[in-house]
Amino acid sequence: MSPELINLIIQATGESLYMVGIAALLGTVFGLPLGVFLATSRKGELFAAPLVNRVLGAIVNATRSTPFIILVVAIIPFTRLVAGTSIGSTAAIVPLTIASAPFIARLVEAAIREVDGGLIETASSFGASPIQIVLKVLIPEALPGLLLALTLAVVSLLGYSAMVGAVGGGGLGDLGIRYGYQRFMPEMMLAVVVVLIALVQIVQSAGDYLARRVNRRLRHR
Amino acid sequence: MKAASMNAHQSLAIGRPIETLAAISPAPAEPDAMVRFTGISKTYPAYRGKPGVNALQDIDFAIPRGSITGVIGRSGAGKSSLVRLINGLEKPTTGRVIVDGRAISALAGSQLRLAQRSIGMIFQHFNLLSSRTAADNIALPLEIAGWTKTDIKARVTELLALVGIADKHDRYPSELSGGQKQRVGIARALATRPSVLLSDEATSALDPQTTRAILDLLANINRELGVTIVLITHEMSVVRQLAKEVVVLDAGRVVESGHVADIFTHPKHPITQSFLAEVIGDSLPVSLASRIVSDRTAGGQAVIRVQVRGAGAGDTVVARLARELGLDVALLSARIDEIGGQHVGSLVLGIPGSEDAQARVLAWLSQHQFPAEHLGYVA
Repeated sequence: MSPELINLIIQATGESLYMVGIAALLGTVFGLPLGVFLATSRKGELFAAPLVNRVLGAIVNATRSTPFIILVVAIIPFTRLVAGTSIGSTAAIVPLTIASAPFIARLVEAAIREVDGGLIETASSFGASPIQIVLKVLIPEALPGLLLALTLAVVSLLGYSAMVGAVGGGGLGDLGIRYGYQRFMPEMMLAVVVVLIALVQIVQSAGDYLARRVNRRLRHR
Repeated sequence: MKAASMNAHQSLAIGRPIETLAAISPAPAEPDAMVRFTGISKTYPAYRGKPGVNALQDIDFAIPRGSITGVIGRSGAGKSSLVRLINGLEKPTTGRVIVDGRAISALAGSQLRLAQRSIGMIFQHFNLLSSRTAADNIALPLEIAGWTKTDIKARVTELLALVGIADKHDRYPSELSGGQKQRVGIARALATRPSVLLSDEATSALDPQTTRAILDLLANINRELGVTIVLITHEMSVVRQLAKEVVVLDAGRVVESGHVADIFTHPKHPITQSFLAEVIGDSLPVSLASRIVSDRTAGGQAVIRVQVRGAGAGDTVVARLARELGLDVALLSARIDEIGGQHVGSLVLGIPGSEDAQARVLAWLSQHQFPAEHLGYVA
């Protein structure tokens, strides 16, 4: 493979990491509080607001059931508003974030619900406020689950990022389609797939390692 | 100061009946009560197809300051609801709960949270944070109360020593035994120097030996720190070993309450009697029960069960019967235990000889106020 092509792969990898990294970060910034709220706002819970819970739940479901490629196209005006353009890696971060935030929220909700309800009661019994319960009990206790959720979200984002090539988002998926498929360069397609597999492996292993490190539940057993 | 803030709160509580200052702060009227329940009922409304539940009804009693009070009842009797009224985790449907002079049932939000710092609670399943070490678990209520790092560190060290696990400072709950976890739970509950410690079946998940050690620790804490302890339990052995006062709950109502010694030497309600039977047993040994017949046999013995209630009551019954009536009284079976410093139990005696001897024994027992019953005869 020529140095030019290798350079293309390196550049596309950088674009993919940039899009996925920022989208995962922003998705967490929006998805984490949303997930915590979804997990704690049913009737009788910490931030009980059953109606808001149902409305947000419906919005999350709607976003998650929209195919990503349609979401990308559908929100182009919004993307232009936020990013100033609808083309390029930076613009692609907008749909990636909008797709990942509800996904992360649902994963966060599941992880938070795993925390023993007795711990919430215990913290309440010594006068912890709802916010203190979230920050000092729920999130630390759910941390292993949250890290695995984030890992899953990053891996999914890598897959999604391959699709934003359709709107000029760049990245590995775009490279694979344009060179590997349209110019019929199987070695390019193979290289792109190998890099993606390697990235997923690295992300998953790192996530597993971190989750294991913070999990005190099963140590020394 | 306390009364003033309470009053201010009351005036803000729009829609509540106006209460007099005396009703809000009855501490001067009842200085000996740490917890006072007045006209309490608690109803859980029907929800998602489950019918509503009257968990508590007509609850009126006080828990004396500095006491160890056991609240005993079968599961579903309302014990958990009752204890959660004390620290405001639940609100009564009607009535008022006063803790240390404050109407906790009327508090909400940050005022409630402030009051909760003076009420510690320990749990059956310990409820420790798996992500925190023993020391950090104990530190949690102090962090929430806004203590400085230096103060927290000193207090945690002190508490770990108090509960006897100073060497477990950096251990995570998964590395601790059940008894050690509950010690962490106790230290955490005591961290903010509460005046009341609530124990919700705190020893139910522990083996008998560990239970004994934890109950001893609670007794020490009560003695040395003067903390009022409220024990919720379905185990008579816990009440017997630790409590001085007892409240017997059944189907959401208090059926008996008072000094442990009084209640269990003269149990009135069937539930109380059944709890007592768990400790002293009202059944005869199988080998004896199988031999008892209803008709007298030649050379046989009459079998009489004597109830023993009170300090030292049973000690000399057999000897006095033998001496005063000149009979070779046989001791067939005996079970006497100590509850609240009082002897409680029964002796099963074999009386040799005629109907006449049997009648004299029963008369003597009745004269000396020992409840007795004739069970039959053995050969």
